[in-house]
Amino acid sequence: MNAPFSDKTKPLLSVRDLSKIFDISGGFLDQLTLKNGRLRREKTTVKALNRVSFDIAPGETFSVVGESGCGKSTLGRTVIGLYPPDGGEVHYGGERIDTLSSRRMLPFRRRMQMVFQDPYASLNPRKRVAAILEEPLRFHHPDMTADEVGDRVKEVMEQVGGDVQWLTRLPHEFSGGQRQRISIARALVVDPEFIVADEPISALDVSIQAQILNLMMDAREQRGLTYMFIAHDLSVVEHISTRVAVMYLGSLCEVADVDRLFADPRHPYTRALLSAIPRLGKKKSDHVRLKGEVPTPINLPTGCVFHGRCLYADERCVREIPELLKQDDGVLAACHGVEEGRL
Amino acid sequence: MSALLQVQDLTVNFALRTGDLTALNGVTFALGEGERLGLVGESGAGKSVAGFAIINLIGKPGYIAGGRVLFQGEEISALPEEAIRRIRGHRISMVFQDPMMTLNPVLTIGTQMVETLQAHRNIGQSEAEAIAVDKLRQVHIPSPEKRLHQYPHEFSGGMRQRIIIAIALLNDPQLIIADEPTTALDVTIQAEIMDLFLELCRQTRMGLILITHDLAVVSETTEKIAVMYAGEIVEEGRTEDVVRRPRHPYTQGLIAALPQGDDQRGTRLNQIPGTMPTLTRIPPGCSFHPRCPHAMDVCSERAPGPLPVAYPDGGGGMAACHLYDPNLGDR
Repeated sequence: MNAPFSDKTKPLLSVRDLSKIFDISGGFLDQLTLKNGRLRREKTTVKALNRVSFDIAPGETFSVVGESGCGKSTLGRTVIGLYPPDGGEVHYGGERIDTLSSRRMLPFRRRMQMVFQDPYASLNPRKRVAAILEEPLRFHHPDMTADEVGDRVKEVMEQVGGDVQWLTRLPHEFSGGQRQRISIARALVVDPEFIVADEPISALDVSIQAQILNLMMDAREQRGLTYMFIAHDLSVVEHISTRVAVMYLGSLCEVADVDRLFADPRHPYTRALLSAIPRLGKKKSDHVRLKGEVPTPINLPTGCVFHGRCLYADERCVREIPELLKQDDGVLAACHGVEEGRL
Repeated sequence: MSALLQVQDLTVNFALRTGDLTALNGVTFALGEGERLGLVGESGAGKSVAGFAIINLIGKPGYIAGGRVLFQGEEISALPEEAIRRIRGHRISMVFQDPMMTLNPVLTIGTQMVETLQAHRNIGQSEAEAIAVDKLRQVHIPSPEKRLHQYPHEFSGGMRQRIIIAIALLNDPQLIIADEPTTALDVTIQAEIMDLFLELCRQTRMGLILITHDLAVVSETTEKIAVMYAGEIVEEGRTEDVVRRPRHPYTQGLIAALPQGDDQRGTRLNQIPGTMPTLTRIPPGCSFHPRCPHAMDVCSERAPGPLPVAYPDGGGGMAACHLYDPNLGDR
């Protein structure tokens, strides 16, 4: 295997050829079809991730962007172990974690935390904030005394800009922004190294988005956190990331440092995506129009997953799946056109 | 430019057991023929209520408590339901956020389009279908004759929103009110839909009120912007003025809270402290004063009226802020 990744620093997280397939065929009767006069059982599957590989170095904010249904949330959940992968490997801090038993996974669960998109759905409505924050602490540190737990919870609550008074209240008493602060506090309370944040600000208003982004950037500074940030809002991604991966239909198209990606996108899909970002005060419309629509991940296109919509696709793109190849300046792009130098 | 729409002092209340709640408080603005206005604000600012109130679609327990709406000189806010129905979907059309909720899932889009046409005009099936095909073509739906016989679930989200726009166009309206038309869509599709709106407005001299939370989208599409906060318009002006030289502290904060790209990467964003007040707890005086970095004593005492603001090139706008009151000394 050619190794396109040769980071000088040792990666914190390393993902190799990760695949995830969801079976959506339903019950036994739903799977039966009649073909050529014969009853056959067929399964329908969604190929949510196709051989995805990347590394995240300590201290990075690695963003995954793409449009709805591209598999970015599945990627986050598979990386952190919420979904078992159907192929490939996940290494964390040098150790392979996707094959660990749940007991051996436990210490990693403390080191890797997750913040979800919807702060209304991710907090238990029947638990007081204190209980929400104490639970992970008690679970991961059974030897902690009640006083220690209480102190830790208060400390984290203040760090996320909350109030000690919040602890006695229930989630419904809070606004969306406040709830997201509580969600972040819940992730931070066990002192993790790595946080997967799945669209943490998409459900919030602009002025509140800024508050939560600042909070996440502050926490990164203070605690030396590493983020995997999943988002569809490209201007937010541009602001907080160090490196960005662009996903399309379960595959990575391009991985690059944030400066390079926004200044000089290589992959035709990245170009189209960036041209579509609404910008304050931009007058002239120079949107790159793509052909057609996103195909279904049930029947993936042959060759490059993007070829059906690409303005530069040729016969090789239809036939052959492009590898994510390293360019001279370190940008990784999965495109035959880029490889051949015609783009 | 003759006035297409004039909204004067429009107020909407919601009657609750505990008393009336003011969701829209004395909103005033005007729209010229073929003009595009962006109504911007965060959730709960009253921007959707404003859109509904213009065409008198406020449902109980809400009611229009004051003000009036003039459309092409005619006071439509005073019309009986029968009469306003002849205007809705005919001379004024609306486009909503979620195309799946707006379309009837058990009827083909052809049926829905013909129905809309026949509700307003006395025409036959084949003539109506011909108009429908024509409008689908106008919104760039490929092979419209075939598509006419398909159901909403057979279309993607972006295509459905195009169909909604085609339906809105059926009776050649003079005004379209689009409420968050691209919020449920991906960026690349959003860009296409916004391009489509621009193209249609230019082709047909149709007016557009674009209601959205996304300042960037509005700034690319409209000529004027009205910024709403807690049920009021706090700033209004030409798009480039509002975006580049915002005058109201709320607009200033909102724009500074957006990631600006390039050289600002990784820096802390400007944040407006606190959250927008809920309608039950609107602070006295200026509703923004508890969050405002420039708040003065007067701001908590009385509400600022709309005050004119000037720009260096001679243009003008409006800001509801005591900072621009010449009688209160210098800012």
